[in-house]
Amino acid sequence: MKGCQVSLSLADVKKVAMLARLQLSDTELERMTHQLGQIVDYVNQLAELDTESVTPLSHAGELVNVFAEDKPRPGLSRAEVLSGAPKQDDECYRVPAVLGE
Amino acid sequence: MREQPYEIVIGLEVHVQLRTRTKLFCRCSTEFGQPANTQTCPVCTGQPGSLPVMNRDAFQLSMKTALALHCQIPEFTRWDRKQYYYPDLPKGYQISQYDLPMSCDGWLEICDSQGVFDPKRVGIIRAHLEEDAGKSMHDETSGRADSRIDLNRTGTPLLEIVSQPDLRSAAEARAYLDELKLLLQYLDVSDCNMQEGSLRVDANVNLHLDEPGGVIATPIVEIKNLNSFRAVERALEYESQRQYEVWLEKGVKKGDIPKQTRGWDDQLEVTRAQRHKEESSDYRYFPDPDLVPVVVTPDEVERVRATVGELPAALRLRLQEEYDVSEYDANVIVNQGRDFVGYFVEVADASGDARRTSNWIQQEILRRLNELQMSIRQFPVTAAALAGLVKAIASGELDSSRGRDVFGRMFEHGESAAEAMQSLGIVSVDAGSLRSLCEGLLAENPRVVAEVKEGKQKAVGALIGQAKRLNPNVNPSEVREICLELIAQQ
Amino acid sequence: MNLLAASATDLVRLLESGDVSSVDLTRVFLERIKSCDTAVHAFASVTQEAALAQARELDELRAGGKPVGKLAGVPVAVKDVLCTKGQLTTCGSRMLASYAPPYDATVITRLRAAGAVLLGKTNMDEFAMGSSTETSFHGPTENPWDRQRTPGGSSGGAAAAVAASMASLSVGSDTGGSIRQPAAFCGVVGLKPTYGRVSRYGLVAFASSLDQVGPLASTAEDVALLLEVIAGHDERDSTSADLPVPSYGELLSEPLQGLRIGIVESHFAEGLDGEIEESVRRAVAIYEQLGATVHPVELPHSRYAIATYYIIASCEASGNLARYDGAHYGHRTDEGRMLEELAEERRLLVESGDADGAEQLDGPLVRMYRRTRAEGFGDEVKRRIMLGTYALSAGYYDAYYLKALKVRRRIRDDFDAAFQQVDVIAGPVTPTPAFPLGERTDDPLSMYLGDLYTVSANLAGIPALSLPCGLTASGLPIALQLQAPPFEEARLLRAAHQFQGETDWHTRRPSLVEES
Ligand SMILES: [Mg+2]
Ligand SMILES: [Zn+2]
Repeated sequence: MKGCQVSLSLADVKKVAMLARLQLSDTELERMTHQLGQIVDYVNQLAELDTESVTPLSHAGELVNVFAEDKPRPGLSRAEVLSGAPKQDDECYRVPAVLGE
Repeated sequence: MREQPYEIVIGLEVHVQLRTRTKLFCRCSTEFGQPANTQTCPVCTGQPGSLPVMNRDAFQLSMKTALALHCQIPEFTRWDRKQYYYPDLPKGYQISQYDLPMSCDGWLEICDSQGVFDPKRVGIIRAHLEEDAGKSMHDETSGRADSRIDLNRTGTPLLEIVSQPDLRSAAEARAYLDELKLLLQYLDVSDCNMQEGSLRVDANVNLHLDEPGGVIATPIVEIKNLNSFRAVERALEYESQRQYEVWLEKGVKKGDIPKQTRGWDDQLEVTRAQRHKEESSDYRYFPDPDLVPVVVTPDEVERVRATVGELPAALRLRLQEEYDVSEYDANVIVNQGRDFVGYFVEVADASGDARRTSNWIQQEILRRLNELQMSIRQFPVTAAALAGLVKAIASGELDSSRGRDVFGRMFEHGESAAEAMQSLGIVSVDAGSLRSLCEGLLAENPRVVAEVKEGKQKAVGALIGQAKRLNPNVNPSEVREICLELIAQQ
Repeated sequence: MNLLAASATDLVRLLESGDVSSVDLTRVFLERIKSCDTAVHAFASVTQEAALAQARELDELRAGGKPVGKLAGVPVAVKDVLCTKGQLTTCGSRMLASYAPPYDATVITRLRAAGAVLLGKTNMDEFAMGSSTETSFHGPTENPWDRQRTPGGSSGGAAAAVAASMASLSVGSDTGGSIRQPAAFCGVVGLKPTYGRVSRYGLVAFASSLDQVGPLASTAEDVALLLEVIAGHDERDSTSADLPVPSYGELLSEPLQGLRIGIVESHFAEGLDGEIEESVRRAVAIYEQLGATVHPVELPHSRYAIATYYIIASCEASGNLARYDGAHYGHRTDEGRMLEELAEERRLLVESGDADGAEQLDGPLVRMYRRTRAEGFGDEVKRRIMLGTYALSAGYYDAYYLKALKVRRRIRDDFDAAFQQVDVIAGPVTPTPAFPLGERTDDPLSMYLGDLYTVSANLAGIPALSLPCGLTASGLPIALQLQAPPFEEARLLRAAHQFQGETDWHTRRPSLVEES
């Protein structure tokens, strides 16, 4: 696989902003396109390295098989968990309607 | 069946809640039906800084299930984040398995004893573990449209079982689901309660049409919101017809448009397009750095395989071969579950009469269990007691109709067969008194004797009723035999 | 005795002997914060009442002859990235400006159990993303050595608090140099432990596979003391190492005779400040006097470390920060206004006949997410979320994320090979001394490039320590970095401790301290 050498377009950045659930103004979008483009150009240097036969390393620790036993432990009270909620009704979190998504 | 101008191609995705005490990545209880947001902790509410730790039992139960589905268990499996925004998913991603699932390449055999379709093996693409989301409830009482979020269910372990698109009719899909559910119940890995959402089904369906120039496929549609197996059947029937009509009208082929998602409306019995934006399918999966992979040794696989036990398909064969019950009867018995089969086997073994046991179980016991919504475990007539009854009938000590009275008594009072017979005053009538009773009857009924002599053997039936009135304990077939014998001697 | 200048190890002795009470000591530090922090701004919040209550309790325990922990009564500052139950934990972000977690981080639990008196939470770059503590929602922290300059970051507040004697010990976190670089800029000792050495449970995640909690203090001995308390296996963290914790303090004096020190010559190439090079080479010479031998080693892939780091860290961050969406905690946009504006946008589109545009408009929930996140996050956080989201999006995963993981393996292999030949690797922590506030805020790439010596240790998961080893002509601290194989923190602490026996850089204090 070869690195992607093409810098970002404004349309790319708009799409990514939606994926990341960020609302960016036109000025922010433009600045972001410029700055991300620079960073992407910089990180594209990795493409020059041949890593065909290299096993990816996602964790320096490389631990395996860490399990917990299936024994219940007390959690949080409802009051505790809801106390930090921006909007709630003493039973549930409340958010704008999820319909239409 | 109606001949259709197309072939339906169906693949099913089944999400099964695993029967663990605690959630997949935290130690909150998974108990159903608790007040909203009372079974949460920093982990399952996605608090900043909280970290997941994998539930050992959840992994074991999914491995057991995968093995029962004849899946391969790869040596190495890991957890990925599936990223999307939804308020019932507090971390903004679901911990699931993407490219290295814990099992793959299995199959489940389905058959239909009524012969609507031939037995077939349905391929299982994969079964993987993931965490459940919470619940969102729409609420308009506040005047403005709000959704209320309950995170009790968030993090409950789910096994997602994905079939190959091997199913060719709604009936096959139904049979697959029934067989899968039965298997899960035999394995005791899930309570499979659809009302409580412990078993959920999504269906992928499209049509293959034989057109001049080759087979053409219609676009694949994923049907969601299927709340019962019945709904799955209805939705598939509806959707295949709808796709056919759309095909006739628009001629859109698979590949022309992206995969569509439609929701099943149980009231109106239609599927409806669910609006969702193109970008929402870009889940940006990547390995979850908060969790470590699982390495499974061949020894471990064998250790779990040994816990699987005898499964429905094998049991059906064994009942037919070892107990001489019909395929249909074997199905009925096995489909009642492992405990029921155990009950049958115990009665059949103890009574030595498997066929009679099968009849009793299917007529009297199933009827009562259904009426009372009771499981065989709770049933007051124990296997040993029923075996006593079957034995008494098989030996001629009891006739079937009297047997039913005895059974009634056993059921009401929890008595053994012998106790119930005694309570009902059933004692076997000795040969001498039975003979004199018959002689008396013949003397009082010369017309019957005459009719029998003329060759109308049926006429003797009139004597049996009278004999029973004189002594309820007489065995009707014995009365018949003795009377015919006495008449012949006259 | 000047309690503010005393080491934590000395304070433990004074408290044990009863020469000073916990309450009195806590008051001394709270006073110091009051007089000094309006200038430095090292703290995001000071928990005065809770600290005094804790101190009182410890004094009572001691008076009653009850056992107390290893750090009983020692004032400690904690980076605002560690969850403290019921107390603000803001991560330097507007998103969490009023967030008080319902639980304590494991490190906090251990500190409390050891009797540490928690003074408050230190300022940091927003979500630990930055190298200058300028991206904090609370405003920047100033470097106590030169208030026109940054203290480094992201644990800038943690380093400045120790440098300005506002805390005896301080706990930071290091994802790509966030303990070591501010320690270097502020003239204190900072240690990034081996990945898995200290529990991450309750550490607000930036990049999960790189983040480590670690200690900062004036001396290596104090760093050892604090590490002993916070290190160790935690069953709540799947990535935590199940290994015993050595008694770091007891191992400090083992002779360095025969210690093999590796030098990566390419680290002294173009771009490294001349005064730093000189001080670092002088420090290495001191080790030779102590009996160590010096050997050239190579880390051929270290030039790719920054690119690798920024891809991996941003990808993980884009996932870790998805939870801040205004649904369950933290900031939420003004919903009423948001709905009004959405309705207005729709009306305008419909009126202009743009039915398609109206159809494409965000739903209320999506708009709530997008506005909440736009308001709650600062520019640097947004940039990294965008970069990570882009690198993981359909079609780019292999070219960026997977590629970076493969280069990461190469970087780790380089270290493994080097540590076949040497016991520690020595070099600079930063290419320049503390830079002026505002210098790099508009040029993110130049900010990133400053991390070139520190990010490799995070990618490889190895422990690394930053140790003051000089001052520039203009009076700014210079530091030496020592890196060791996994779980060899004791080796680093021993080397640092004995260096401090030969030199007095660690006793230097910024004039800010001397004035007061
Ligand atoms: Mg799924
Ligand atoms: Zn939980």
